[in-house]
Amino acid sequence: MIASAEVRRAFRSRNLITLGSLALVLALTAGSSIATEFDWPRSVGSFPKAIGWLADNFVPNGRALRNAPNIALKLAETVLVSVMASVIAGTLAFFMAILGSKTTRPHPLVSIAVRLVASLCRNIPVVAWAMIFLLSFGQNILTGLLSLFISTFGFLTRAFMEMVDETAESSVEALRASGAPWLATVTQSVVPSVMPQVASWLLYMVETNIRDATLVGILTGTGIGFLFDLYYKSLNYSSAAFVVLCIIAVVILIEATSNALRRVIL
Amino acid sequence: MNPGKSRISLRKPSASGIALNLTIVVMLGVTVLGFFVIDTKGLKVGQATAKLFSDLVKMFAHPAAKHLSLLESLWGIVITLALAFLTTLIGAVLAIVFGPLAAKNLSRAAVSNALKVIVAFIRAVPTIIWVLIFAIGAGLGSVAAVVGMTFHSFGYLLKAYSESFEEVGGDVVEALRASGANWVQIVVQAVIPSSMGSLVSWTFIRFEINFANAVAMGAAAGAGGIGYDLFMASGFYFNLGEVGFITYLILFVAILLEIGATRLKARQHVQR
Repeated sequence: MIASAEVRRAFRSRNLITLGSLALVLALTAGSSIATEFDWPRSVGSFPKAIGWLADNFVPNGRALRNAPNIALKLAETVLVSVMASVIAGTLAFFMAILGSKTTRPHPLVSIAVRLVASLCRNIPVVAWAMIFLLSFGQNILTGLLSLFISTFGFLTRAFMEMVDETAESSVEALRASGAPWLATVTQSVVPSVMPQVASWLLYMVETNIRDATLVGILTGTGIGFLFDLYYKSLNYSSAAFVVLCIIAVVILIEATSNALRRVIL
Repeated sequence: MNPGKSRISLRKPSASGIALNLTIVVMLGVTVLGFFVIDTKGLKVGQATAKLFSDLVKMFAHPAAKHLSLLESLWGIVITLALAFLTTLIGAVLAIVFGPLAAKNLSRAAVSNALKVIVAFIRAVPTIIWVLIFAIGAGLGSVAAVVGMTFHSFGYLLKAYSESFEEVGGDVVEALRASGANWVQIVVQAVIPSSMGSLVSWTFIRFEINFANAVAMGAAAGAGGIGYDLFMASGFYFNLGEVGFITYLILFVAILLEIGATRLKARQHVQR
């Protein structure tokens, strides 16, 4: 095959870019491994032990089953907190999104304020919120509820603003041109057209929040996270694995339900 | 009233309308119920809220680090970023290997579905629990944290990558196959290069998520970094100014990462 000098040069520069990025990634990997004292062989070696642990403990024994009522109670509490945080945050985020979206904002300054608050809420990680609320609310279920609420609120406000901009722009413009007042435009056009997506987002947040609630629970001593941590630290591994099994069952159940609902709604 | 003047029903009840209303009513109902049944252990909410606001003022109006220097806290950020980097990298390498097997246009339905089931299982277990399971063998630290965090990264990137591969289209794959290219050639020479842009975007978006995860694992699973510093400031020293200072640092990095991710997203038109 005869390649012109130009083609060869183009290929050479492409290869150089590929080589350069590869070298950069390798250098960053080496640096990161040293900084975090990450041991590659040990990380591979941890797999047999973890899988062995799962295999040994995943079939619940009598000791684990005796804890079933307690596990069910804490799991219900965690699901409840996840739904509450999602719904309350979603409701508030919806109003904020109407005020912040380019299509429906009453004033550009309001929009800026909304975006700023939402950015603060979502960019401070949920763990950081938990550590902040822990100092005033203590080891309490409300600490978890508040942390999940704040980060969900920040996340959903942005998601809802993008959603209003995408789905409602043309209808809002048409209504405004026909002289409809702001409130009527919002309640008659924006709300009905975005409602299915709002429900879909809420279902998604419930799933996400159950996982985050487990994490926050370990830090705040509440819910299913606390129970797992308790069994785990007291080396009651069969009960700890049973907790994991129950979480998997509940999350998959919720995911399947919300996928089914989403197929009908959207 | 004469029947001719009765109102015409404007909305016909549809399956989707009913499902939507049901979803919203049930979730609202659970939320209202929640307020009555959650056990707040007699916490005085008014008092706690008042303390929260005075705490917030002390934290964010007077941030100051007492137990660590500026250099130490910046080093904490570096470690957290490094944990996020390693996790994203391993997740990305695994996802690029398994992505073609999960993409419908490149793989068999059975293989693709089997991978989806595995990912559903991986996603159902919270990241912190994956980390703690691996800590049984490897001890608490960076190994357990990175390996444990890699599970969700892999699941997320596998879905993102395989969908990017699917965008290349079955007809392109078909045409290449007809011209005699084998499967590996199609994937390595055609599909991966042409979806490179969206692969890079998705990977960076995951890196942004993994930064927050790495902060969490520092606080909850002894992975070190700025998350551990935050945990010590709040849970051990009860130092409000220090909590504020560390939160500001985390916030600053998170906002930078978010700006980067948003720019890449806009360029690639990738949807969440």
